[in-house]
Amino acid sequence: MNPSDRPGNRDDEQIVLSSVDEFLAWGKEHSLFYLLFATACCGIELMQAGGPRYDVDRLGMIPRATPRQADLMIVAGTITHKMASRVRTLWEQMTEPRWVVSMGSCANSGGPFSKWSYSVLNGIDKYVPVDVYIPGCPPRPEALIDGVMALRDRVRRYRTLGERDTTPHVVAGHDAPFGGHCKVPDFGKPPEGKA
Amino acid sequence: MTLDASTPNGERMTLNMGPHHPATHGVLRIVVESDGEVVATCTPDHGYLHRSIEKIGECVEWPMFVPYTDRVDYVCAMNANLAYCVAAEKLLQTDPAATFTVPRRAECIRVLVAELNRISSHLVAVGAMAMDVGAYTPFLHGIAQREGVNDIFEKLCGQRLTYNYVTIGGVAFDLYDGAIDDIRRFLDQFEREMVRFNKLVTTNTIFRDRCAGVATVSAKEAVAWGLVGPNLRGSGVDFDVRRDEPYCVYGELGVQVPVGQAFAGRKGQVGDAYDRYVVRLLEIQESIRLCREVLKLLPPSAEKPNDPIGGIQADVGKLLKKPGKGEIHVRTEAPRGEMGYFLVSDGTKSLFRVRCRTGSFTAAGIFHHVMRGIFLADVVAVIGSFDVVVPEIDR
Amino acid sequence: MKALAFDAIATAVQARFPAVLVQKADNGQMALRVPKASIVDVAHFLRTDAQLAFDGLSDLTAFDTLKYPSTPPQDDICVVYVLFSYTHRHKVLLKVHAERAACDVPTVSGEWPAALYFEREVWDLFGVRFVGHPSLRRIMTPDDWEGHPLRKDYLYPATYNGVAHLRDGQHFEAAPPRSGGPL
Repeated sequence: MNPSDRPGNRDDEQIVLSSVDEFLAWGKEHSLFYLLFATACCGIELMQAGGPRYDVDRLGMIPRATPRQADLMIVAGTITHKMASRVRTLWEQMTEPRWVVSMGSCANSGGPFSKWSYSVLNGIDKYVPVDVYIPGCPPRPEALIDGVMALRDRVRRYRTLGERDTTPHVVAGHDAPFGGHCKVPDFGKPPEGKA
Repeated sequence: MTLDASTPNGERMTLNMGPHHPATHGVLRIVVESDGEVVATCTPDHGYLHRSIEKIGECVEWPMFVPYTDRVDYVCAMNANLAYCVAAEKLLQTDPAATFTVPRRAECIRVLVAELNRISSHLVAVGAMAMDVGAYTPFLHGIAQREGVNDIFEKLCGQRLTYNYVTIGGVAFDLYDGAIDDIRRFLDQFEREMVRFNKLVTTNTIFRDRCAGVATVSAKEAVAWGLVGPNLRGSGVDFDVRRDEPYCVYGELGVQVPVGQAFAGRKGQVGDAYDRYVVRLLEIQESIRLCREVLKLLPPSAEKPNDPIGGIQADVGKLLKKPGKGEIHVRTEAPRGEMGYFLVSDGTKSLFRVRCRTGSFTAAGIFHHVMRGIFLADVVAVIGSFDVVVPEIDR
Repeated sequence: MKALAFDAIATAVQARFPAVLVQKADNGQMALRVPKASIVDVAHFLRTDAQLAFDGLSDLTAFDTLKYPSTPPQDDICVVYVLFSYTHRHKVLLKVHAERAACDVPTVSGEWPAALYFEREVWDLFGVRFVGHPSLRRIMTPDDWEGHPLRKDYLYPATYNGVAHLRDGQHFEAAPPRSGGPL
């Protein structure tokens, strides 16, 4: 058989029709370079996600040390008032289109520090727009990957000249596999009429 | 570039590292003024992760502070839990009404988890140090082995990083069925893995020459500057809180304390970056041994757990509702050195003052002293060799 | 190497400095109360005396005694020094009380350089001015931060840098008191 007759090699099978925008979005989706930026506990989980077991490199996610080469900023960890303006600077240094994932309760809303702390910013969304929120203290690497998948969905829909989707996406809470050996006490049903 | 007429060449360059920098272990900022390739002055800037944990300790009740100690040092959260709980128990025990003793099984489990977490913490430390001097692979080896500890802890208490496992008066859960087998299996394969790791990094000539003789801290300096833990022992001071002021069951284990002795050979000095690195590796070996020893001491679990969710607890509930007044200073050995808690109780449900002294804080305090006169490229190696973790500095 | 008990240390110090008092906390924790003016001399003696040889400053911290239920009620900042001797393996706590209004204590950074950082932290969080410290700057909070957070009469800021401290609509019951505004 002539090589050019093999399935997949025929002329009419080698042509893909796409708009430039769609093609670029496809490329962006599969090469989300993220900023190597970690502040607190979630940063360790971010490192573990980049480690051999979870290996986010397979999703085309490669850490970049400089914001100018990064598409995605994963705000991993507590942001204090002192740090917040620096995060804004880093975000401004990233090139468009840029995406922000808020990883962990501290970056979402201040987490365990929201009530009693005087120095913690209650949510990074006061400084930079957030695309995806991932709850957890800290979130498991699986939850991070789930958040990234939600973000990829958004990147695929991004059009250079179109309207950008700005509604934040919140990753659903994950039921952590809890030991299994321990007996969770039965607290009974909540009393009626109280939320 | 700023010009300064006082230096021989007449010019110095100001280099700003951080707070976002891939090699500063989090949000640490260091302003380096260099004269050519040589560091003239170095000014660390902290507080980018100051989360006011000490103030929170004054607002919440005694047991509610335990999860916050996880966040004081998340790389070794078990040791951080343990440090606070041991201090709180000692303070409660000064009350004449207190009659509780922590169950022996709980004490053994505490030592077991603390040593496992010391292993995983030192893995991050040595891996990150290798990464700082330019070798990325060892870091991945460290992270991969760390997952083994994380798995055990996750089965034990449901969390991978912030455990909230050690409680005031005991531990939150008993060991799960098969935990001892899991731990033995992990230790066996990990010991083999360490041989490979040492072959890859420790005996690597490039790595050794890179770290030998860099940022030497003499024993006298280390004591005066308040270095603790592996940094202090790396300088040749033979002191370990686990051996010299034992808590839990450390007194029965006979802790061996490795100290720095110019491991790099002819090019090295006692107390250089390579010594601090090697002391951490030797501590990993010692932790493996301690884990095995404490498994031998572990008494069988009680027939009926005395806690609704299956924990091993001393009866401290009544004391925590109305503790006595007073104050105490207790220190324990965390992977980054002594973690000292100074607690003041005013007889109410929340503490009056919680002070947490950590190893990284004083390690960061010596930076401007040791970095004077070293090469610019060594700055990250020095930060890595002191193994600072930013939340411990800033809290 | 000969570890001394607290009583022996107290006797040795009091023989040299009669103004130093033994202070016993409510639960029996012993400490030496040192007059503010003589802290540097006492520190130097403790460090250099061959019997005592406190070569390590294990911790330097403070607490605000306002609202502490004691008789008579106190209202000052108590600076606590935890000294440890690596030579003899003994430990002692020193306490210096500084008035809230004129909060200045001589620095001990000349004796133990570790105090350089500890004192910066105490200055930042408690507002104790360490006289003679070479670079007494804030360390934890930003340079333009107002107040000293670990004092008991500290009011939490409602905003910083024009950004509200709490989220919109966020409200906590029994939250810490905040300055400026209904939050």
